[in-house]
Amino acid sequence: MILRYTLVERAIHWLAALTYMYVLATGLAFYSPHLYWVAAILGGAPTSRFWHPWVALVFAATLAWMLRAWVADMRITAADHAWGGAMRHYVRNEDGNLPPIDRFNLGQKYFFWVMVFAGLVLVVTGAAMWFPDRTPRAMRGAAILLHVAAALVTVGAFIIHVYMGTAVVRGGFSSIIRGEVSPAWAKTHHRLWYHRVTGK
Amino acid sequence: MSRATLRVQAISGHAGSAPGTGTQRGERVAKLIDTTTCIGCKACEVACLEWNDLPFRETVFDNTYQTMPETAWNYWNLIQFREHTNEDGTLQWLMRKDQCMHCAEPGCLIACPADGAIVQYQNGIVDFQQEYCIGCQYCVAGCPFNIPKFNPATKKMFKCTLCTDRVSQGLEPACIKACPTGCLHFGSKEDMSAMAQARAAQLREHGGHKNAGVYDPEGVGGTSVIYVLHDATNPEAYGGLPKNPRVPLSVKLWKGPLKWLGNLAMIGGLIGVTMHYLRFGPKHVQAEPEERE
Repeated sequence: MILRYTLVERAIHWLAALTYMYVLATGLAFYSPHLYWVAAILGGAPTSRFWHPWVALVFAATLAWMLRAWVADMRITAADHAWGGAMRHYVRNEDGNLPPIDRFNLGQKYFFWVMVFAGLVLVVTGAAMWFPDRTPRAMRGAAILLHVAAALVTVGAFIIHVYMGTAVVRGGFSSIIRGEVSPAWAKTHHRLWYHRVTGK
Repeated sequence: MSRATLRVQAISGHAGSAPGTGTQRGERVAKLIDTTTCIGCKACEVACLEWNDLPFRETVFDNTYQTMPETAWNYWNLIQFREHTNEDGTLQWLMRKDQCMHCAEPGCLIACPADGAIVQYQNGIVDFQQEYCIGCQYCVAGCPFNIPKFNPATKKMFKCTLCTDRVSQGLEPACIKACPTGCLHFGSKEDMSAMAQARAAQLREHGGHKNAGVYDPEGVGGTSVIYVLHDATNPEAYGGLPKNPRVPLSVKLWKGPLKWLGNLAMIGGLIGVTMHYLRFGPKHVQAEPEERE
């Protein structure tokens, strides 16, 4: 077996997942009256409102950690462009027709950068919403609008991320739990990374 | 002004319309503030604190007669003082009683995500229900008049109630009762509008205020607090009364198109991944040729 994610990487990933899902659930409750019941399940709307920004700060911290840890692996390379050109094969599960790639594929890299940049927008606009009396009046509404828009973008990315990681790429979910993948899995999905870490 | 007009007409953050909407003959109330006869005595400020049992709080001296720079969570009624230089060089004191305007199209209620935290009664009063407030302060972003204020201790929003409790019993709001000059009036919206128009006409024809007029801004559907101003063309001079207040466009976009777009995208995304799985299913690890042999 090959180590794909270290213990710290896995722990931070799951801290990010938990905190993201909490701010997503509470955020959706504030987004639509038809989802307000979600806040009731999570201890009531005032409680949800109280914890939302604090939990969001923890999520932002995990994003910062992941940015520092993975920025080198997340750079979009020539191999990614070649892979992106053949992405339709990936969507149709014709993986034999795909050019080899390193530790992460282009979809994972897009997901990563969407979360980093949307996270930045969410933190800045969230701060403006947290302290509206210190925000210029003209910016208060714009902050909420941007916050919701950025959050919706992350929801789209999150749906695809969870779907790919659990249902489609079998072995991906166990790799982020126990950290290991089989050599065949590594060769199939991340051949350049497989060569790099095994030296084969 | 009977209790029947305190039927709820709109509810914040509510799935579906308010029960009973439009079942009654509308009888909107209004407060009329004639800035031309206000003497800035602040009896209305004191009456507001007294009736609503609000604690006396620190005042902030800023070289004017104004009690503090703006209304506070426990100070809902504030006389805005401005020294205004007219075109002919003469000085004029402008005094405007500042409080919630009780908009027909309330930005606070539109922005609020908490079911029942803000209600609009059929008589036009917009009222905060603190027991349902979650302290998110979205109403601050929705209000074009900078009125809702946050109590950091209880994490609830507060503002003028237009003395809902008094109005429901057939009484006028406390500020109206306290006014010694008669610059404050309370009654039905039609009556107050007619009175305001008559006073504005009087000011134009006999008072030398050729720009005198009524402030009842259409951008928010009209308000249940209307002003008579000496110069209706320059409401900003009266302590920043906005010329054409509106529910911010950002709030309307957020609660309108963005919501539909977001709902479509989220539901579309879930349907999309489900369909993808049904059509293509999971990926399989490819066995290497040498392993196959």
